[in-house]
Amino acid sequence: MKAPRNQGARAGQAEQVEQAARAEQAQRLPAAPAGGFRGRTLRTGGLSVRVDVRASAVVVLLLVAALAASVVLIGTGDFPIPAADVVRTLLGGGDAGQEFIVNELRLPRVLVGLLVGASLGLGGALFQAISRNPLGSPDVLGLGQGATAGALVVIVLFSGTARQVTAGALAGGLVTGLAIYRLAWKRGVHGYRLVLVGIGVSAIVTAVNGYLITKADLVDATRAVVWMTGSLNGRDWEQVWPLLVLCAVLVPLVLSHGRALRTLEMGDDVAYALGVRVERTRLVLMVAAVLLTAAATAAAGPVAFVALTAPQLARRLTRSPGPNLVPAMCMGAALLVVADLASQRAFGADQLPVGVLTGVVGGGYLLWLLVTERKAGRI
Amino acid sequence: MNRLSAEGVTLAYDQRVIAEQLSVEIPDHSFTVIVGPNACGKSTLLRALSRMLRPQQGRVLLDGQVIQSMPAKKVARTLGLLPQSSVAPDGITVGDLVGRGRYPHQGLLRQWSAEDERIVRESMAATGVAALADRYVDELSGGQRQRVWIAMALAQQTPLLLLDEPTTFLDIQHQIDVLDLCAELHEEQGRTLVAVLHDLNHAARYATHLIALRDGSVIAEGAPADIVTAELVEEVFGLRCQVIDDPETGTPLVVPAARKARTAAATVVKG
Repeated sequence: MKAPRNQGARAGQAEQVEQAARAEQAQRLPAAPAGGFRGRTLRTGGLSVRVDVRASAVVVLLLVAALAASVVLIGTGDFPIPAADVVRTLLGGGDAGQEFIVNELRLPRVLVGLLVGASLGLGGALFQAISRNPLGSPDVLGLGQGATAGALVVIVLFSGTARQVTAGALAGGLVTGLAIYRLAWKRGVHGYRLVLVGIGVSAIVTAVNGYLITKADLVDATRAVVWMTGSLNGRDWEQVWPLLVLCAVLVPLVLSHGRALRTLEMGDDVAYALGVRVERTRLVLMVAAVLLTAAATAAAGPVAFVALTAPQLARRLTRSPGPNLVPAMCMGAALLVVADLASQRAFGADQLPVGVLTGVVGGGYLLWLLVTERKAGRI
Repeated sequence: MNRLSAEGVTLAYDQRVIAEQLSVEIPDHSFTVIVGPNACGKSTLLRALSRMLRPQQGRVLLDGQVIQSMPAKKVARTLGLLPQSSVAPDGITVGDLVGRGRYPHQGLLRQWSAEDERIVRESMAATGVAALADRYVDELSGGQRQRVWIAMALAQQTPLLLLDEPTTFLDIQHQIDVLDLCAELHEEQGRTLVAVLHDLNHAARYATHLIALRDGSVIAEGAPADIVTAELVEEVFGLRCQVIDDPETGTPLVVPAARKARTAAATVVKG
């Protein structure tokens, strides 16, 4: 072994040789034709950011749809308010009555809907990317059931308050997520094992939930069943803040790992070879996904199908490979608010929990997409 | 000292030990090929050299540093790997897949520089897939796809490139195609290549340095013309054969003994 300083010098020399070789090679090669790369690149100085035009358009459209649906939703109820008045009130220009109805009663509910949808969409996209399997979504893995178990324990065994139920659901989701990770971990988490372990855990937890319901008296059982359907009824600012804070922390964290996650799609070995710290990235993203899903479930109950469908729908709209994190998030938010709007318009305020509608709307849209894709011969 | 080496490594998956006290040097600027029978530990050795498998004992050194102690992205700028198990994401184009090879050179604020684009185009040109840049990877033939993956590894711009059985599952013409490409990369760009190959004749023809492994130990290493003999093939693979000069290249060519000759020999040994 030689002294390290010597080696440093050698490495530097080698680098120079490499650079010279690269420059020479560049001169020999003819300019290749344009094309082959997705999206546009914005460059200034040493900075360069890639923008996928189609995906950006999809994100903008989904945001517009979500906001429009939110405005209409705020105007919907026993005291209908025209959309223009809703916007004026939100901007601070409404009369006292409207202000109370909009800002105190309906806005928090809509915000919870948007945040829950976004969290579920993002959590679902993460799980599907990590497991490399569309079935690897929190609904299938049993995270929703785990959160439900936590909530049921609080409702049935302790007759707890709403806040305690939320805490119970959060704890249930986290414990379930941890259990799945531990059971699926064997020199790294692999997609299939994650899905299969998740299905097993899900079955066990569902059985526990059934048992808890049979143990409950009628009042608690009714409350439990309403909670289990997934509903936005009666949500207020108390549910908004924790979700908002959590999203404010986790969304940037997750997005900063987005490029590493894209390399994970190509297999662990390729990701390793490209210099991604595979296990650490996966652990961070899984914890984030579990937190997002558990928090969303704690706030609105296990809203069916959003986590499974939103990423799939987003992907089909952007036609972009990769986890499509931001589009999935926006799709989740739009899907949930539209479903809530549809359920209120069709069945009257607070009659049909939103979870019932998300299953129908999201599932139906996905089936339609699959059928049209099959006709086009793509699957 | 060479840039990449393994010093007395013990390699194991959990309790199953594949190799003990194995030491290997990869000569700089060589096209090193590792050969050996199935389960001799050649892919395991490659995984250790590319820091995907942490040795239970001993160490793998890259530029004099223990490879596990180096930052992951720094290693990825020096040493590239083409693994056997790679998955092309649904609906990805050739250009985008090759572009992902630039990951270790990029950051949050430096996502796609003009240099990235130039190097990706060069890599596609070098592997002959530039014309396919807009095509979807799923539509390509096996041989084309392997070229695309090699292009991705090239875009990583590493002076060392490790390839784990790059010719497996390919037709004979595509196997030769891929090996020719490797030889070009080695000769024209001066990269150090390390490949695991199944076919001993391919190895003897293309390698500048051959490492023959059996049961996790190096049986012989050196230039193919110096080490490939009938005795070595019998010792490593347990196969009786003749070694003649390859009529095309003059490198050693292994011709397995006819079945009758082998059974006769077995009878003699038993008798």
